[in-house]
Amino acid sequence: MPRKQIKIKPKVEYLSILDGKGKLDESLDPGLDDERSVALFRLMLVARRIDERCINLQRQGRIGTYGPCRGQEATHCAATMCMDPEDWVVHAYREPGSFYHRGWPMETVLRFWGGYEEGCQPPDGVNDTPIAVPIASQCLHAMGIAWGMKLRGDNHAVLCYCGDGGTSEGDFHEAMNFAGAYHLPVVFFVANNQWAISLPRDKQTASETIAQKALAYGFDGLQLDGNDALAVHVGTTEAVEKAKSGGGPTLIEAMTYRVSVHTTADDPTKYRSNKEVEKWVKLDPIPRYENYLIRRGLLDQKKIDAIDEGVLAEIAAAVESYESTEETNPMDTFDYTYDELPAELLSQRQEYKEALEREGLAKTS
Amino acid sequence: MMTNDGLALAPPNAGAEGAEHEKGSMTLMNMVGALNLALDDAMRMDDTVVLLGQDVGRDEGVFRVSADLLDRYGDQRVLDTPLAEAAIIGGAVGLALYGLKPIAEMQFSGFAYQGFHQVEQHVARFRNRTRGRFSLPMVIRMPYGGGIRALEHHSESREAYYAHTPGLYMVIPSTPRNARALLLASIQSKDPVIFYEPKASYRAFKEQVPDEPEVMPLGKAQVVREGSDITLIAYGAMMRPTLEAADELVDADGVSVEVIDLLTVSPMDTETITTSVAKTGRAVVIHEGPRTCGIGSEIVARVVEESLMYLEAPIRRITGYDVQFPYFAHERDFLPNPTRIAHAAREVLDF
Repeated sequence: MPRKQIKIKPKVEYLSILDGKGKLDESLDPGLDDERSVALFRLMLVARRIDERCINLQRQGRIGTYGPCRGQEATHCAATMCMDPEDWVVHAYREPGSFYHRGWPMETVLRFWGGYEEGCQPPDGVNDTPIAVPIASQCLHAMGIAWGMKLRGDNHAVLCYCGDGGTSEGDFHEAMNFAGAYHLPVVFFVANNQWAISLPRDKQTASETIAQKALAYGFDGLQLDGNDALAVHVGTTEAVEKAKSGGGPTLIEAMTYRVSVHTTADDPTKYRSNKEVEKWVKLDPIPRYENYLIRRGLLDQKKIDAIDEGVLAEIAAAVESYESTEETNPMDTFDYTYDELPAELLSQRQEYKEALEREGLAKTS
Repeated sequence: MMTNDGLALAPPNAGAEGAEHEKGSMTLMNMVGALNLALDDAMRMDDTVVLLGQDVGRDEGVFRVSADLLDRYGDQRVLDTPLAEAAIIGGAVGLALYGLKPIAEMQFSGFAYQGFHQVEQHVARFRNRTRGRFSLPMVIRMPYGGGIRALEHHSESREAYYAHTPGLYMVIPSTPRNARALLLASIQSKDPVIFYEPKASYRAFKEQVPDEPEVMPLGKAQVVREGSDITLIAYGAMMRPTLEAADELVDADGVSVEVIDLLTVSPMDTETITTSVAKTGRAVVIHEGPRTCGIGSEIVARVVEESLMYLEAPIRRITGYDVQFPYFAHERDFLPNPTRIAHAAREVLDF
């Protein structure tokens, strides 16, 4: 009748490759090629600059509430870069670089924050779900898509984003449980930015790590330095390859920090200290990765400035395009609620149209 | 009548007692058998159709609605799932996004609330929020309603919750034949359908059901009995007591009674209701669910908006009361019965 420790097969690892100053641990060098290495830098810069611009646009009343990703650029940019076009990316809401990389026009995403449903319309051929505002409910869609891949025998994978707060939701756990039980090709990617609005990570769960939650569902967890773009890229690449080769799901916990506000409607000074923020600002993923690329001889200030200039010009053009797009038809919501407009909705549509015309509000057609 | 898919359309009075059926081979079966037939039709005709839920495979569903399907279609299409309603519905969302046609089973509607947020936040919205890039052709089946002496949480009727969410069809059959035709139509629909199955009617009676696949249009109510003095409007398991009440009114009082079966609760077929009430001038609405903000409230509102000047008397609602559904010792007392319906109809007729 023994009493002994139970050995659990799945494991939890930690991975970081670049140190705080961007110095490479050569024993873990993934040998990422030059072109891809610079593309990842540019993508992170895109996310940073979109973020800065969106905060300005919000302050000027040109878009609505915005949820910034400042400080978290390495997480979603380096992870989404691991996905092929046939793979699916299931988004949360703090991943502007991911949308850009997958081929969403910047102005489409601006339209979401500007209050238009069109901001949730993926371009044709892009296998992504749009911004998901409810917390962690998208994890089940990722699981279902991966289930479909497995049932159809397709050799693709799903990358699913959520945050540390999301790991307390039932849907996160149900998704992990089904994914484990059916051995599905999905990578759950938790951007642990330490805060769920005002609730700090240590009050979110008693688990030492979020990554270890994978053990309960029968697969591996990987905690990595989420401000180390190289570690994120390596960890996600391995998890995606594992998924595609029939190895089942992985839970990645990317340790990062929400340097900015939860949304532009939030005031973080109410719940956290500047000192803590400053500590993380020093670990900003962009200068770390930039230093690494400079050391590799792939970047210098001139090249950085040229990339930045190109990114800013692209964003300026997207903002102009967003603001000059013709006003949409308020009737569209009626036309997209069902495949065919039911009689009752047809009469409500007419009533709404007449009201708008009478009141001289939006243009209808 | 045929649909675009070459399927026979059910005749307008399918399900009405004594209705004439089109020629063709028929089989006498109960609603469980008819629902099983629809699932089998759908899985045979379209290999993207998959069935998922707790105990739907090896156990064939706790009511045996999915009998033989695992053997016939295999475990890649009949998916026994772990016990988690949100994952069954949310997983079905993902399957539908990936191009499959999931039919998700909730073991009882009383447990579907653990997945309700997926319905409200995603199932009902994907078409609109992606402006048509994605739609979710999926069916969520669930047994609802009282009358089978079941435990707590197994007897409620909460169709109004789903009727209140835009983007869904809320469908409730009442007989074996229309259950088969409506379920097949729901599976073929391009929109998500909540398919409420009246479990009290699962094995309560049999009806001739065509052997060939047959569909009925969603969003259409049926006049199942024509009359000129009063309109009784019901759906689902309440159709049987309503038709019994109609018989009694005809036989004992010599009243001419029109009976409407909603079939699709939402989006509601206003025209069939208001046309009938404009003719009869009197109406009683019957449902099991609570009265306040129930389907009956909506029916009355539409009649008042569209046909007020035709009304000869106030409309009465015979419904569940605004209290929790009693444990089964008192469920027979609580459920609307023919006597209660006929009594209300007489009050309306005598007004």
